[in-house]
Amino acid sequence: MTEGILTTAYIAASILFILALGGLSHPETARRGNLYGIIGMAIALVATIGGAQVTSYVTLAGCMAVGAVIGIFVASRVQMTQMPELVAILHSFVGLAAVLVGFASYLDPEIHFEGVEKTIHEIEIYLGVLIGAVTFTGSVIAFGKLSARISSKPLALPARHWLNLGLGLVCLGLGFVFVGAEDTGSGLIPLLIMTLIAFVFGVHMVMAIGGADMPVVISMLNSYSGWAAAATGFMLSNDLLIVTGALVGSSGAILSYIMCRAMNRKFLAVIAGGFGTAGGTATAGSHQGEVVAISAEETAALLKDARNVIIVPGYGMAVAQAQHVINEITHKLHDHGVEVRFAIHPVAGRMPGHMNVLLAEAKIPYDIVMEMDEINDDFPDTDTVLVIGANDIVNPSAQTDPDSPIAGMPVLEVWKAKTVVVMKRSMATGYAGVQNPLFFEANTRMLFGDARASVDAILAGI
Amino acid sequence: MSMKIGAPREVHPDETRVAVTPDTAEQLHKLGFSVAIEAGAGEKAHFSDDAYREAGVEIVENVKDLWARSDILLKVNAPETHPHEALDEIELLREGGTLISFIWPAQNPELMKRLAARKATVLAMDSVPRISRAQKVDALSSMANVAGYRAVVEAANYFGRFFTGQVTAAGKVPPAKVLVIGAGVAGLAAIGAAGSMGAVVRAFDTRPEVKEQVESMGAEFLMLDFEEEGSGEGGYAKVMSKEFIKAEMALFARQAMEVDIIITTALIPGKPAPKLITEAMVESMQEGSIIVDLAARQGGNCALCEPGEVVERHGVTIVGELELPTRLPTQSSQLYGTNLRHLLTDLTPNKDGRIDVDMEDEVIRGTTVIKEGTITWPPPSPKLQATPPPAEASATETPLSPAVPEATTGKSKGLATAAMMGVGLLALLGLGSVAPADFLAHFTVFVLACFVGYMVIWNVTPALHTPLMSVTNAISGIIVIGALLQISSPSGLVMGLAAISILIATINVFGGFYVTQRMLHMFRK
Repeated sequence: MTEGILTTAYIAASILFILALGGLSHPETARRGNLYGIIGMAIALVATIGGAQVTSYVTLAGCMAVGAVIGIFVASRVQMTQMPELVAILHSFVGLAAVLVGFASYLDPEIHFEGVEKTIHEIEIYLGVLIGAVTFTGSVIAFGKLSARISSKPLALPARHWLNLGLGLVCLGLGFVFVGAEDTGSGLIPLLIMTLIAFVFGVHMVMAIGGADMPVVISMLNSYSGWAAAATGFMLSNDLLIVTGALVGSSGAILSYIMCRAMNRKFLAVIAGGFGTAGGTATAGSHQGEVVAISAEETAALLKDARNVIIVPGYGMAVAQAQHVINEITHKLHDHGVEVRFAIHPVAGRMPGHMNVLLAEAKIPYDIVMEMDEINDDFPDTDTVLVIGANDIVNPSAQTDPDSPIAGMPVLEVWKAKTVVVMKRSMATGYAGVQNPLFFEANTRMLFGDARASVDAILAGI
Repeated sequence: MSMKIGAPREVHPDETRVAVTPDTAEQLHKLGFSVAIEAGAGEKAHFSDDAYREAGVEIVENVKDLWARSDILLKVNAPETHPHEALDEIELLREGGTLISFIWPAQNPELMKRLAARKATVLAMDSVPRISRAQKVDALSSMANVAGYRAVVEAANYFGRFFTGQVTAAGKVPPAKVLVIGAGVAGLAAIGAAGSMGAVVRAFDTRPEVKEQVESMGAEFLMLDFEEEGSGEGGYAKVMSKEFIKAEMALFARQAMEVDIIITTALIPGKPAPKLITEAMVESMQEGSIIVDLAARQGGNCALCEPGEVVERHGVTIVGELELPTRLPTQSSQLYGTNLRHLLTDLTPNKDGRIDVDMEDEVIRGTTVIKEGTITWPPPSPKLQATPPPAEASATETPLSPAVPEATTGKSKGLATAAMMGVGLLALLGLGSVAPADFLAHFTVFVLACFVGYMVIWNVTPALHTPLMSVTNAISGIIVIGALLQISSPSGLVMGLAAISILIATINVFGGFYVTQRMLHMFRK
């Protein structure tokens, strides 16, 4: 296959990838978009394998077959509640691959550059390996936290910002040593040390971030995995890798931005970690008052008598696996002539769009699942709001209390509805450690207990 | 030892309610109390003695026995002397006992003195402070709610037409027009009831902040072209200025000619009810119209209202019933009983059947009018006001001051952006001056791809953010190409590294696309 055909194939693949992402603007077009992505990938792979550089077909086919089997096996088994974990571990693979490809490229005896080109090539390798390594361990830790193998509490080492800064400076210094190295052997040592440091850095960065900031971390690692691929593309002078890496990188960056905006937090503040450890305790307890409890049967009656109901799901729903029962409740209410809709806060759950996927899995039609901006104005006309396993995203003090740690964060204005039923295990504060005045509002009823048991009882009562 | 609760039959003429229902009795048991009632106490509210027995309530035949042995007396009306049955309830109250009922301490100073002389502790259900925490105890609100509903039923009873508009084979029926004056609890309940029967409902209140509540009940809120804040302490209305009343009366006069039914609920605490509907207005109403005056006990909002009577004047039926809640005895008893139960829950923090009249608690302090023979009424004024009126005034002023710094921050932000762009441009120029052409070509592709990504990703619907992440996972598996190009290297080490990379990147490609497909198949209309 000639160089020209290869380039044309790469252009086609790039376009198909862009179409794949573009298709996601609407659920209808998204499936076709995914198909474009698959075709694009197939074209890119066939063209590369058919190229003159590739000769070891047997090893290649073996590796790809094993990878494909593992990939499909995992993807077909994964629960929708575990999607964040899967995405995190897939990020780590991209990171690890970037590290390995970087090392291989450095060690490859067939590649020779001179002068500025050599320097640039080495900088590219260095950066690719650095980003890849951070992505790798960061994603592994994120995976551990999401699958509860590691405590999701933020780990706050003393002077952790200085530690990070120190590690960064050492990496920079090693970079100069690496680029200045005479031959491959002497350059390998600083590259290896830097990789180890980057591994530590990735672990430390994600360890310091708490559970509810995971949407930001996941999107950030998504972005990193893209930049790692782009850096690899530079290193190998491969435009397709550069384009794809840039697409993925900017996608992750935008998602991080959206998530940060939804929490009204600075990106750097999230990455610096340790949220909720300061300031939160001061305001907790200032909103004392009386809560009114409600039973599941009363909740069922309340839902049945309503004209319209909005359900606000949070991470608690995912934990309790309550989405299927919620779907049945939705159907029953619909049969009673009650209009049911869902309100999704951008950071509900552990990754962007997590709640939407869970509701879709439970066969809830996507046209009754609303974004925050679409539905926030409708709460005053709503009879009953059911909050399931959500806390900070429905906290009115984000709007009313300027001293609150979550002040200014956009929230779902559920308290404007006629009645709000909050399903909660106990009166414990939310992730941010902020007391929620919503619970003490006159129109709020608390339904205490395990979310799963409660929704089952509500379903039985309708 | 747990305390005994007793509820006698109400002796007040026409009273149909009862202070304890079988439901609330069960709840009181859970608080550790034992409960007894006088035989037949719940009869008029349709709670039989058997129903009480089933709920574990003791039925006591002799009322004097009941009073003598009960530590806590629950009643609806204030204790009174009853000549026919030779009963003086105040004398029956045990020395040092506790009484919870409506008392109206302002209107009944004599009663207060006699109760104090009995060394009693008295909690008045009419004195519950108007704060949100106390809403579940607020018997005035729950009774007002019943009264508002019943007012509409009374009106419908006397009204000769449908409430709802219909187009029938026999011709078109216009909907009834209802005007509700005063949008407190009773007013809102009346609006809700009249609206659900299909009437066209309008409402007026001197407090503009209730507009939202009125509109949320589906009624039209009538506005005056007049600025005056009508909110008094504790969320009640206050007396308005002369000019305001003039404008208000003109509005009522106009409305009287139009509407079929007027329900008035205007009360000012401690004052006779304001006269809002004059004789001339009644005269201007159409034949067959109805006025239900919920302020009848305080003299009525309508000039022609006869408290306690239903009269017809100028062809208009004027209902001046005093105690509408007694017309819905089962509902009223249930609500009042639940109010009492909530109060007792607050009084029994340990659930051990012993009450603790904690004068530090704002709700209990406000409700307690006599503590062990000492008159504690009136309580100090509430700490919280239901509506802070000055907030609105200051809110309109504040936007002026921060406007200035806003402009400067906007400007400095623009400067910062410009500076950033400048630095970026210089960096690019620096790079361009040293980097080889080949690198710059790739760099161009990179920058353009970033922009394309930026444009495309903003169009992705938030609902599909998870599939977006999994599909970007899949396509970032494109890094496999890097490994593919290396695997044919003569160096065994390079080949090994490339083989591992191919393996894991392929997991990404296949796993990512497959799981995306799975997810997207779930998104259905």
